[in-house]
Formats: sequence, C-alpha cells, structure tokens
Amino acid sequence: MIYQRIVPVTYREETAEGLFVLRFQSKEVSESASPGQFVNIRSADACLPLLRRPFSISRRVGDEIELLFNVVGQGTRMLAAKRPGDVLDVLGPLGVPFATQGEYETALIVAGGVGVAPFPFLTEELKQRGKAIVTFLGARTANQLAAANLENVQVSTDDGSRGYHGTVVALVREYLRQRRVSRSKIFGCGPTRMLKALAEVAGETNIDCEVSLEGNMACGVGLCQGCPVERSNGKKKYALVCVEGPTFNAKDIILT
Amino acid sequence: MKESFSIRGVEFKNRVLVASGTFGYGDEVKDLVDVNKLGGICTKSLSWKPRDGNPPRRIVETPSGMLNSIGLANIGVHNFIKEKLPYLRTLDTAIIANIAASSIEEYCDVLSLLEQQEGIDGYEINVSCPNVKEGGLIFGTDCSKTREITARLRPLTNKPLIIKLTPNVTHISEFARAVAEEGADAVSVINTLIGMAVDIGTRKPKLSTVTGGLSGPAIKPLALAKVYEVAQAVRIPIFGIGGIMTAEDAVEFLLVGATAIQVGTANFIDPAAGVKIADGLRSYTEKNGLQDVGQLVGAMESNVAFSVLHTWL
Repeated sequence: MIYQRIVPVTYREETAEGLFVLRFQSKEVSESASPGQFVNIRSADACLPLLRRPFSISRRVGDEIELLFNVVGQGTRMLAAKRPGDVLDVLGPLGVPFATQGEYETALIVAGGVGVAPFPFLTEELKQRGKAIVTFLGARTANQLAAANLENVQVSTDDGSRGYHGTVVALVREYLRQRRVSRSKIFGCGPTRMLKALAEVAGETNIDCEVSLEGNMACGVGLCQGCPVERSNGKKKYALVCVEGPTFNAKDIILT
Repeated sequence: MKESFSIRGVEFKNRVLVASGTFGYGDEVKDLVDVNKLGGICTKSLSWKPRDGNPPRRIVETPSGMLNSIGLANIGVHNFIKEKLPYLRTLDTAIIANIAASSIEEYCDVLSLLEQQEGIDGYEINVSCPNVKEGGLIFGTDCSKTREITARLRPLTNKPLIIKLTPNVTHISEFARAVAEEGADAVSVINTLIGMAVDIGTRKPKLSTVTGGLSGPAIKPLALAKVYEVAQAVRIPIFGIGGIMTAEDAVEFLLVGATAIQVGTANFIDPAAGVKIADGLRSYTEKNGLQDVGQLVGAMESNVAFSVLHTWL
C-alpha cells in the first residue's frame, strides 16, 4: 500500500560532514516499508522546488522513518533546514525492496558515500534472517563516514584519513582476494561508477549482487516514465527505477 | 450544481481531466486517488508498436517547471488493448485514447483498431510531441499536415476527435482553425514548449536529446494566452492545458475560453491533484452564485479594443 501523508518531523541532526539524519512519524508508512524502498518527499508547498525528491528509507525507529541524506541542491537544503514539529508531504513506501531471501549465509554490504542510506534498515532484516554481515563503508574522507546502525564495518577513505586508503570497491576486492567467500550475496548502493565497478567484482568472483540505484524521477510511481535504466536482457529496453527498482540484480541492468 | 459537459454526445462528468503522459494508463495510482471523480483520463500516447522511449536522462527540474524527454515510451496499442483497456472499462469516467504516430497511416491504423474495442470514449491526437525525430512536431508545426491528419481521421470515427496542438508555432490559432474546418470536435491547448538546460560542470546538455518539453507552472501564463488566442479563433471546445496546479488556475483557463482543462505536471507531485482541482472548481462556482461550472467558460471581461493579440488574429 502506498500512502500520501502530511507528517511531522520528529528529529534532525547533522551526523557527519554534510550528512543529515531526519526522522518523521508515520505509522502507516513505517508499517508497510521494507528495506530498499524509498519515499518521495515534498518539503514545501511551493513551485520552487516543484517536484518531490526521492530518499531511501534508512531505518525504522518505532513508528518513525529515518532518512539519511546529503545536501545537493535546493530541495535537500530545505529538507536539512527542517526542525522537529515542521511537516513534510510524504509519498511512500515506494519501489521494490532488496531481495533478502535465498540460500546465502553472508551478506556483504557495500556503501559509497551517502549510498549507506538504505543499509541500517537492511542490516536489521538480515539479522532477523540470521545472515552474517560484513559492511564495507567508503567515503572521501573520515569525517564524512556515517557508520551508525551497521554491523562489522570495514572502512575506506579516498584520502586515507581512516581505514583502507582507496575506493570501497578496491577494499572489497582485497577482502575477497584474502579469503574464500562462498554462499555470499552483495548488496551495493552508491555512485553509478562505484556500482559498475562493484558489479564487475561480483561477476569475477561469481557472487550474486544487488544494487540500489538513484534515478532522476518526477513522480516515483511510474506516471512520468522519467527514470529509465537499460536492461541487459528481456524484451523491453528499459526498466523504470521507481517501480521496477530502485533495487536490481546487477546482472539484469547495464550501468553506464 | 451542474459540472458536466458533453462533446459529440459523450458526457464528461466534470471539467477536469488528466493529461496524456502524466497519468500512465490510469492503473498506476489506484491506491492514491479515486479516478472515478475525474472528468476523464487521457491515456499515455499509444503508437502501433511499443516504443522504448529515449535514453536517460529524461527529466530535469527547472524554475517552477520541468523538462521532459520521454520520447513517447509506451506499450503499443495491442498491449494496451490486452493489458490496460479491461481495467479502464471498469471505470466510471471518460477514457480518451491519446494517439501518437510517425506517419499518417499509423495514426489511422491505431485509431481504426481502437474503434473496434469497447470502452474508448474519444481520441486525442498528439501531433505535438517535441521529443521524437519522426512524427510529433514535424506534423504539428506544419499546418497543412495537421489539417491532413484531421481530415484523414475524421471519417474513421463518430466519437470525439480532439487534436492536441503545439505552442511551438507562430500562430496557434491558424492550426486550430484548420482542424476545426476539417471536423475536429475539440482542440487541446497546449502541449509542452521546447526547452533545454545545460550542465555547466560537464558542459553537456542535461537531457539526452539536448532539448525537451517544458511544462509546469512556468508555462501557465503562456498557455493561458494560447488558449485565449484559440478561443477567439474557433467555436469548438478547448481543453486548456499548461501548468495548472490549483482550482484557481483552472478557473483562469475557463475564463479565457477553455471548455475544460487537463491537469499534467501536477499529477507527478500529487496524483490526486485532478480530483482536488475538480472539488475546488465546484466550490468556486458555488461561492460565485452560479449553477453551472460552464457559466465560467469565456466569462472573462476584457476590452478587445485594447487587445494586442486581436491585431493579427
């Protein structure tokens, strides 16, 4: 069930440099949400910005939904300026959740930058399913890392200020080289270039890999057809990130 | 309080429809809106064969508006009949099939196939898509082609035939006159305006097709002027379209001469926008002591002597 609700903001904090945590209360959205889904948010009843902005559901805290986002433009700047008691117009939960079922024993979670957003929620579900979890978290620099509510975190930074010096995908590659990993599944979210590199590593090591994509979308519900991603198989050339994603098996799409 | 109106014997329960390409095939947002409260649904454009549409990026937000370059992505008329029409038939609202094509023959074939089906109340002919290389604007910016398409389609149906016009011409009223002369029952005014946006970091256009179609509140004043122009030139009904977000916007369109309106971009922000606008239109009419929403149509008071537009109409 998809809901459109005006909801109160309950919590807001800058958790790492440029990274904001924001919670809003909605029993309905919270109860029907699954890891990997997103909400499409309008932060003001105005024409600027005009469209909603999509955000991964980062975590559920009781009947509240937590978001994790960085400020990239006017929409996110307005959202970051919200305080408890302010209201948001929320549409969701939307999209296809991560496929967490299956025979694998270990989940390898790979997050680049703000791509960490959906993983606290996923971690919760994977723990309930009894899966072992290793999390690889990459950022440009140490104070941009948001490692809360994750399990077994290994860190990489582009500038070497903490953890592995290099990209998070290089860290994953290193990890997989050092040990035999069987019965694993990768869950990735981050910039497209990172996901492309991750999908290659997954292909080489023969590990099933799911990725969560961003899309430039207007509506989030399949009306505008604005967020295509190219398929690697099947009759249709494109899938829509909003209703057929945002989670995809890396095999099924072409990342460019 | 009368809200309904009719065109060629087809009754629309109110004067608010949802515009083609902004409401899918009506089944995507069942959870969020009671579509039976709409005056009608214009389907996503239908072509003979399915179309993949344009590569990403297809959407860019601009000040008070958005650019799109979807490229008529659609499931094709055959899949529409199999997969979507059975649901649309269950609805208690007018179903207008929007048709896009890259040849006159294709327009005729799609319309003829739909004529054999139950559940279509009328046709809206898209001669104005700015985002495809073949068809689209090539027809819509050529008055003789627009006329010819109307003339060829008219004998194929007794249902309402609506031509959706582009504003990307010098005088849209000439096009409206041409299709009215060929027997079109109504015109939809306007489709999107050609626009673009550039990423100054990469120095590349933001849209994959370089240009796209601009919609949203940014185009409302322009759309109003086009509807007004067309209303001065023809007597057939006009579906006013362009940046309508609220009932107040809808009232403006009716006042300048639109018989009804279509809600487009607003559906992306609030899928229930059309229903809310229909409610607001009823309240406005009541508050102004009128018995029929239709009394607002063309009810603007203006001094034509001062109208610049009338110098070249």
